[in-house]
Amino acid sequence: MNSLEYWNVGDDISVRDAFGRVLIHAAGLRDDFVLFDADVAGGTGAKPFVAAMPERVVQFGIAEQNMMAAAAGFAETGITPIVSTFAAFGTMRAHEQFRTAVAFAGRNVKLCCSHHGLDVGPDGPTAQALEDLATMRAIPDVTVISPADANEFMQAFLAVLDHKGPLYMRIGRSNTPVVTAADEPFEIGKAKRVREGKDITIIATGVMVSRALKAAEEMADKGIEARVVNLSTIKPLDGAEILAAAKDTGLIVTAEDHNIMGGMGSAVAEFVVENCPVPMKFVGVNDTFGKSGEHTDLPDHMGIGVNDIVKACNGLLSNKESSDAS
Amino acid sequence: MEELNLMDTNSLANDIRKLSLKSIHAARSGHPGGSFSIAEMLAILYFEEMNLRPDEPRWADRDRFILSKGHACPALYAALALKGYFPESDCLGLRKIESYLEGHPDVRTPGIDAASGSLGMGLSQGMGYAMGAKHQNKDFRTYVLLGDGDMQEGNTWEALMCAAHHDLDNLVAIYDANLLQGDDFVENQMNMHPMDEKIKSFGWNFIEIDGHDEDAIRTALKTAKTTKGKPTFVLANTVKGKGVSFMENIQFWHGSVTMTDEQLNDALAEL
Repeated sequence: MNSLEYWNVGDDISVRDAFGRVLIHAAGLRDDFVLFDADVAGGTGAKPFVAAMPERVVQFGIAEQNMMAAAAGFAETGITPIVSTFAAFGTMRAHEQFRTAVAFAGRNVKLCCSHHGLDVGPDGPTAQALEDLATMRAIPDVTVISPADANEFMQAFLAVLDHKGPLYMRIGRSNTPVVTAADEPFEIGKAKRVREGKDITIIATGVMVSRALKAAEEMADKGIEARVVNLSTIKPLDGAEILAAAKDTGLIVTAEDHNIMGGMGSAVAEFVVENCPVPMKFVGVNDTFGKSGEHTDLPDHMGIGVNDIVKACNGLLSNKESSDAS
Repeated sequence: MEELNLMDTNSLANDIRKLSLKSIHAARSGHPGGSFSIAEMLAILYFEEMNLRPDEPRWADRDRFILSKGHACPALYAALALKGYFPESDCLGLRKIESYLEGHPDVRTPGIDAASGSLGMGLSQGMGYAMGAKHQNKDFRTYVLLGDGDMQEGNTWEALMCAAHHDLDNLVAIYDANLLQGDDFVENQMNMHPMDEKIKSFGWNFIEIDGHDEDAIRTALKTAKTTKGKPTFVLANTVKGKGVSFMENIQFWHGSVTMTDEQLNDALAEL
């Protein structure tokens, strides 16, 4: 029996712990993937897998461009490379290799990167990739996934192994509250409504989903019913769920641990402007580099905390109130 | 459609040169110089060395070939056409909107194993194939043809380090050292001499040949096949524009060149 043990909702778990756990689980079920590592398995969370199944790991040392282009060739021999490193190296240093050798050639390569956003914490700005969602989604044919927590990561990863084509997925580094139940189905491209509400919708991704839920709770105390949508697949976008948010609530706030330029909020805005224009606000890092600090302190310091979501919602709601009144 | 009159040279390498030149002429752009320096190597690889099925381009056990110096693809397309992957007349569609022959290699073209054209990524992709073969105990071999520009890219040196570390004796890198790059001679742009010491110190089996000597190419590839435990690097000394007197070793013919009818006919006459 090869059962996958999920965490309990409410547990505070690093998503990278889920990476090692689901790798070991999946490797017991199928032999059609290997892990490509660039000497950072300890950081990405893959270390337990590397220790348990070294024959399923190809080691590249600190040379990500080579690893990425090699994945393009390797994938064409029929085995899927799970390419794993930190987001700054995987999505930026090796960006052209991913774009040309992998994506343009349509190779079945799964790039799974830890250390993105302010979630990185004390390692600071050089490691805090705040651009990965923007740059990866700008490449044609690439699927982009940003799971909310450890449980959703494992569910997503199992779906990713059955997916064909180039794909990028974020792996969180710091402890993050689990909001996804063990038995929730995961479908690539499908957003999840994690809280109902009629006054406004918060569309969140990754670590921001749990913060959006907290923000919605706080607003509920004041009589505001905020819907929360977990947009874990950023590309392809779940247009139907966004359309429903616009039609049902008329106001949308997006929340992401990423630069507000080009990321998930921009993806949602592109859809909203064309299909269902409603007022929006964007919670994200406001076009600045990150900063060293604890992952618990940085969100409030840099404008992506629970309060920032509440503030954005209140801003939209009061704009609406004054325009309704006039 | 223009008559191609190909197989009249008794030399596959010159057939490749003629067809690639006609395609560049028809496209009004493209890179003749670097296409001509690799013609003998393509002829030996495609017509003697590699195990291929032109009617089944993505046959899982085929030998792989990557043209890392993707700008020389007119010669590769000519070799593929002559081998039977697609009609020779299709080569005249090079770089045209209705054609599947892109200005640089695209895997949607039958027989193309890697996207290239951005220099420095080919050896890594070939290494990935070689690693995949070892992982699945398959005995196909992978050949990567590199140019001067490839050897200046850092990514290539990562691959040189890695392929030796992983003992990939099913991988052969062939360096087309025509020593004339896009704007000027290599020694003026970024000198790489001595290459032999660098490659040997990276742990590769090193062979140096005249890249236009077909017997030398045959022997080098045979030696590569029998060398166990390490990858083989063949430094092929070549002449850019080889075979046409007014093109040999002249920077202008690197590309992307619009060729007059007269230039085409003069070149074809020499071939």
